[in-house]
Amino acid sequence: MNLFADFIAGALTGFTRLLTGAQARWTGCAPQAVQRIYYANHTSHADFILIWASLPASLRHHTRPVAGADYWDTGWLRRYLIHQVLHGVLVERTPRPHAPNPIAAMTDALDRGDSLIVFPEGTRNTTHQPLLPFKSGLYHLASRRPQIELIPVWIENLGRVLPKGEIVPLPLLCAVNFGAPLKYTTSEEKAAFIARTRGALLALAESVQPK
Amino acid sequence: MTIHDHALWLSAAIFGVLVLASIAGTVLKASVARGEPHAAIDNMNQRIRAWWVMAALLGAALWSGKTGVVVLFALVSFVALREYATLTPSRRGDHWALAVCFFVVLPFQYFLIWMDWYGLYSIFIPVYAFLMLPILAAVSGDIRNYMQRTATIQWGLMVSVFCISHVPALLTLNIPDYEGRNAFLLVFLIIVVQASDVLQYIWGKLAGRRKIAPGLSPSKTVEGFIGGVVSATALGASLWWITPFTIAQAAVISLAITLLGFLGGLVMSAIKRDRGVKDWGALIEGHGGMLDRIDSICFSAPVFFHVVRYWWTP
Repeated sequence: MNLFADFIAGALTGFTRLLTGAQARWTGCAPQAVQRIYYANHTSHADFILIWASLPASLRHHTRPVAGADYWDTGWLRRYLIHQVLHGVLVERTPRPHAPNPIAAMTDALDRGDSLIVFPEGTRNTTHQPLLPFKSGLYHLASRRPQIELIPVWIENLGRVLPKGEIVPLPLLCAVNFGAPLKYTTSEEKAAFIARTRGALLALAESVQPK
Repeated sequence: MTIHDHALWLSAAIFGVLVLASIAGTVLKASVARGEPHAAIDNMNQRIRAWWVMAALLGAALWSGKTGVVVLFALVSFVALREYATLTPSRRGDHWALAVCFFVVLPFQYFLIWMDWYGLYSIFIPVYAFLMLPILAAVSGDIRNYMQRTATIQWGLMVSVFCISHVPALLTLNIPDYEGRNAFLLVFLIIVVQASDVLQYIWGKLAGRRKIAPGLSPSKTVEGFIGGVVSATALGASLWWITPFTIAQAAVISLAITLLGFLGGLVMSAIKRDRGVKDWGALIEGHGGMLDRIDSICFSAPVFFHVVRYWWTP
């Protein structure tokens, strides 16, 4: 059964690479087997598949995307993809009473030794701004597990491949840029931490822009 | 000589040139660079390796026949259009226009060439696609920078699809006393234009002093341009025996397509400078992207096609 899921994962990453030319640029760090939280800009549903596809296969098995339960837990196909193929960590984006705490779900995955892919904007960016304000999830996660390094990941162009609401993807070239690692420093204020991590992602975006 | 003799001689000559280039690259790496990293020599060796792959792909396509050639150049157009669309700005409202370019116009243009419908493939993009794309962009309701966006997409389709599709279209020309040999026309065009690029590069490295277009292409020199165009024209003239041309005709046509190739390279450089990049992509090792390699073909192919069609077909 898992063989089939692995096959689907391979097909999905292969298809994504073919369609997007998925270029991984490790400018700030190397693709090593270190436990990490990759945080990226979010413009398309294919975002974490692209990040996932640009990781070496050995890292991919231990790197889990954090995704919104409201989108992914509907319909058998999405459910199969997110649970069996992508090994996602599902979180509730709008807190409900008795719903599992989203931060706890993420720290559980970290405590099991997995790396995470998170999108701190919380929703897909459909504006012409490069990056939306960050939600506080990344802060809560990093302050609870301060020893884990945070890697800013800038995804170029994927938002143009499949904008929100479109169904036909364009075969544009995409690049995934991995920046230099950051860490939570003890007793850092929430606002300062969010400004620092968001600033690092914007600086990475700036550094890869054509002049 | 029979057609098979021609093919054999030509293949042997191309193979020989590539072997010589590879030997020269290896010798330079060992003697000048002494095995150490050396930017210019390593780049040259990467380019030579890429030439082996490109020659093999083209050879395989020509050997397989018309369908293979049409499919190969459709893929070339696809990759070129993708590089173009990636680098040029577009907005949400262009999504459908771009999708139609990639998934409808491009395949249909090559299908028309495959079925040899000259009356339609010669106007399909400049008439029908150019009318349909602005309609799609207008219907999207997004009118910001409308003129620039429309022109950008049309020009991308023109260069990456319409112009390139004239290379396989050479196979459909009916030239009296030249039946079954059209593949040689295609090879002639590609050898002369690409050799002109390579020879301009070599002449520029050996004798380049004065820059010819410093704002556009800092590596191009007057000496490289003259040396490259003259030697590529001589090469084209010496290949008259694979064409329906006389030696003098082959020389004039070679001069025309090498000049167009050079100017095409300048135009494509202008677009790159406008977007602030050096290369169109990273597909072909040492060369950059597909458009970096075929920019000169884009401009020479349609003119070469129509020159041959006008003067050599009844």
